[in-house]
Amino acid sequence: MSAPSVLYDVPGPKARARNAVYTVLFLLALAGVGWWIIATLAEKDQLTWQKWGPFFTEGQVWTTFIFPGLLNTLTAAGLAIVIALPLGSLFGIMRLSDHLWIRVPAGVVVEFFRAVPVLILMVFADQFYAEYTDIDSDYRPLMAVVTALVLYNGAVLAEVVRAGIQSLPAGQAEAAKAIGMRKTQTMTNVLLPQAVTAMLPAIVSQLVVVLKDTALGGAALGFADLFSQIRPIANNYFANTIATMTIVAVIYILLNNLLTAAAGWLEKWSRQRKTSSGAVVKPVDNNGRNA
Amino acid sequence: MFDFLTEYDILGAFWVTVQLTVYSAIGSLIWGTILAGMRVSPVPVMRAFGTAYVNIVRNIPLTLVIIAMSLGLYQTLNVALGGNTITATNFRLAILGFVLYTSTFVCESLRSGINTVPVGQAEAARALGLGFGQVLRMIVLPQAFRSVIGPLTSVLIALTKNTTVASTIGVAEASLLMSEMTENESDVIGLVFMIFAMGFVILTLPVGLLLGRVAKKAAVKR
Repeated sequence: MSAPSVLYDVPGPKARARNAVYTVLFLLALAGVGWWIIATLAEKDQLTWQKWGPFFTEGQVWTTFIFPGLLNTLTAAGLAIVIALPLGSLFGIMRLSDHLWIRVPAGVVVEFFRAVPVLILMVFADQFYAEYTDIDSDYRPLMAVVTALVLYNGAVLAEVVRAGIQSLPAGQAEAAKAIGMRKTQTMTNVLLPQAVTAMLPAIVSQLVVVLKDTALGGAALGFADLFSQIRPIANNYFANTIATMTIVAVIYILLNNLLTAAAGWLEKWSRQRKTSSGAVVKPVDNNGRNA
Repeated sequence: MFDFLTEYDILGAFWVTVQLTVYSAIGSLIWGTILAGMRVSPVPVMRAFGTAYVNIVRNIPLTLVIIAMSLGLYQTLNVALGGNTITATNFRLAILGFVLYTSTFVCESLRSGINTVPVGQAEAARALGLGFGQVLRMIVLPQAFRSVIGPLTSVLIALTKNTTVASTIGVAEASLLMSEMTENESDVIGLVFMIFAMGFVILTLPVGLLLGRVAKKAAVKR
């Protein structure tokens, strides 16, 4: 039998006994923390059916608050990624340009928007729209959220695109040059199509970041997303703040795990595809840097 | 044009941002290392807990984590973390939230760092008769830490930017002051935005460059 990890041997009788002790101690500690949480929740009247019941018996909580909020969250995230992708591709390609006067400004723009917190971008976009445009105030939070997310994630995706193109074997560009393709043709007909398959997992993983960041708009700009439904629900259902936050968190966790699973599946698929170069761009970490 | 700036304590607000970042970074490093240890440990229950914790907390929006600290932990459960004033309590709650959230990214970076340590290192250590704790503490983690300085720098920079979320529970850091200033000085919002954006560039750029050089120096040559 091979060892389960290089860090430790297959446990013998002594190690098994020790592991059993650790297991018991750890479970006791977990149970202690769990007990403290449940006891405190019960003491503060947070575990009553009155507070949790509406989510399981009344359709109204879902149709009045959660589904409309979720729809807004998905709209903002979807719009942001759809606009950020072409913009990011453009800047990613500009950063690979042979001309200094294109490469450097594109690099400055990308690095700037990656360094600025999304929340600050959102607050600024909201104030900017309020001051200088006459966008209907119903749509202004959505516009501000999407603008900020596009600027930040466009910059992150620019790096993903750049990494995707650079991950291709040099022979691809060389072969294109050898048969007389121009630089634009090489990019649009040879490099980009292959890079897109290599980038797909990273792009889907970025969707998780976008989805989570939409909650900033709910907190700072009053954007009516899933997150911002917590207060209205608690106000309508006996101050069930804890129950509502739990349900909302579970929805985010399910959605994001679904996206992560999709990214993993895409990565496997593009690795196995015979026609691709086999290059895969690793998902970016939470700072938009290729880990 | 710049006269109004004297009315606001911009440096003070950024100082709160720095404090939030430093305390949260230290806490996240400790809790993240413990989580990484659990995820590679020989005890199945600990592995399961580490995996579950990371996959759950990482996928909750940070905004929700921070609000849960204030709205849930403090206002509903009355856990004040020993803060005497509302300012101190919110500051501590925000740090707790950042630690809980950021440690998942520290844990994942460390785990990928552990995977870069050659198998022979751990095997040689085991051949010498070292146990799991000794292998991890004396052989694997020291090498892993050296190779994850780069990824951990990214986490630190992300944390610096994420501290702006503390403004949602009223911690008086940079982004809260910026919101206030854009409302009061509505004729120069572009200037106000550039000041705060540059503040964050100044906070993150040198850290990234410095730690990038440290990462290159510290990396184990193989």
